[in-house]
Amino acid sequence: MYGGGNVFEATKFDDVQVEDPAKLEEFEARIARGEKIEPTDWMPELYRKQLIRMIEQHAHSEIIGALPEGTWITRAPGFRRKMAQMAKVQDEVGHAQLLYSAAETLGKSREQMLTDLISGKSKYSNVFNYPAFTWADSNIISWLIDAGAIVNQMANAKGSYGPYSRALERICAEEAFHLKYGHDAVVHMATGSPKQREMIQAALNRWWPPIMTFFGPSDKMSTHTETLMRWKVKMASNDECRQQFLDMYVPKIWELGLTVPDPKLKKNMETGQWEFTEPDWDEFKRVINGDGPCNAERLAVRRTAEERGAWVRRALLNPKAKYVRPLA
Amino acid sequence: MNELAIKDLLYKLADDQLILGHRNSEWTGFGPILEEDIAFSSMAQDKIGHSLAFYTLLQELGEADPDTVAFTRNANQFHNSQLVELPNGEYDFSLIRHFLYDNAEIIRFEMLSQSSYEPIAKVATKLKGEVKYHVLHANTWIKNLGSSTEEAILRLQSSLNEALPYALAMFENSKYEQELIDAGVYAGEEAVKTEWLKRIQAVIDKTDLKLPDLATIEPKFGGRYGEHTEHLQPLLDEMAEVFKIDPTAEW
Ligand SMILES: [Fe+2]
Ligand SMILES: [Fe+2]
Ligand SMILES: [Fe+2]
Repeated sequence: MYGGGNVFEATKFDDVQVEDPAKLEEFEARIARGEKIEPTDWMPELYRKQLIRMIEQHAHSEIIGALPEGTWITRAPGFRRKMAQMAKVQDEVGHAQLLYSAAETLGKSREQMLTDLISGKSKYSNVFNYPAFTWADSNIISWLIDAGAIVNQMANAKGSYGPYSRALERICAEEAFHLKYGHDAVVHMATGSPKQREMIQAALNRWWPPIMTFFGPSDKMSTHTETLMRWKVKMASNDECRQQFLDMYVPKIWELGLTVPDPKLKKNMETGQWEFTEPDWDEFKRVINGDGPCNAERLAVRRTAEERGAWVRRALLNPKAKYVRPLA
Repeated sequence: MNELAIKDLLYKLADDQLILGHRNSEWTGFGPILEEDIAFSSMAQDKIGHSLAFYTLLQELGEADPDTVAFTRNANQFHNSQLVELPNGEYDFSLIRHFLYDNAEIIRFEMLSQSSYEPIAKVATKLKGEVKYHVLHANTWIKNLGSSTEEAILRLQSSLNEALPYALAMFENSKYEQELIDAGVYAGEEAVKTEWLKRIQAVIDKTDLKLPDLATIEPKFGGRYGEHTEHLQPLLDEMAEVFKIDPTAEW
């Protein structure tokens, strides 16, 4: 899961000039031809920095994103949901593992990335700073946040950096299952007992504002994306992703008899664009910068996990430790 | 074959796996390294899947459906050993428990795959391959961490000492023990235990850990017939929290 992470920390572009112009030209020509850039290839420092930041934030989003739904694993109702919820959240942790490995190819270690996550230095998708109050919230996340993630990741899978793009292809295949699972769970709630319907509508009401910020601030508000677009680091604008998401999912939400808590939401048939109440970008910024309902809790959980597991990592690094290969 | 004896065995198998699967799943998002998050989640999925297979056999014998059986009973109706209900604690305890439990489980599955009672034999044959991987995982980690840093060895040793009284109680005899043995359902708990001791000793011998003198340990029996620690009921309450909002609903 991921969204908008690549915009809220815009890189300074002054450094591009210091690169060797001939190499830069060749690099850009390769990208224009649709070639993938591989770890040992020459790349501008800025490209490397931006990709590390982006992949790292994506990895963090997967691992932190596992927490709100993870808390519902032990409470999932019935075998079918319990098994699926476990598998789904496990996949997200697997995505983090895959993405940390992709980022490591650019020269930053997993340990360092996790340290930066815990210290608050690097960010993750802002939606996970909101709580999953009920089982229904978890279902809305599985459906709509994963849906948003797919829109974003399908676009980024066409990006220029080989390891990231290949990781995203694998991830998207699994996300498609998450989407099915999430949709199925929401359908059961929306067509279930009055209590279930009430739970799912309340969860949608809570999650709609964060969902609308999922793809990051409006393009009008973000700067310096042309170079990133040319280098195929950023593949679609925030507004394009948001419009695509609304196109695909608002009708499905309405189909279930649920309402979207935005009286201004409608598709303008002339422009073909969705119109909606402008999300509260001040709140978005406040939450990203640490002042959301769950920021402290999310990082505390991660920090505790790292601290409690430190002895295991020390033991694995110990030269005395013999790696014992499991022989089947 | 006495159906009560078979049900007794099935409940014990199913409940152990459900509860340990639930505990394993609590590691999701909290593992010492991502790979262990993922491994414990895989084992959790397997265990809970296995419990479902055994609850399904129970349903075929006339018991309620698996969801009802798993999500609505109280602690005193559960037949799991106390070992599996204990909180995860630190990773060393979870790992030791996993090691002690799965090394016994695989033996039960091996025996049951030869069972005279065909429905169990079928299920055990189908699932034992997965349990084999759980054992490989446990043994690999025990060998690795058990001969690494002093701190790791100390932690594992103290968890081993703490878990053993509960682990020995996994082999609490059934009311129908002799009947099950005579009917060729499996060789019984004493036989499982003997083989288990051999196998865990062989792994421990490859580490800096020591198996305490088992003769001096009093097993924490009772779990097989509804006596549980204070940890089981809260686990069950949590598991049923959503289900009980409306037990007739389809979730
Ligand atoms: Fe994911
Ligand atoms: Fe999985
Ligand atoms: Fe997902």
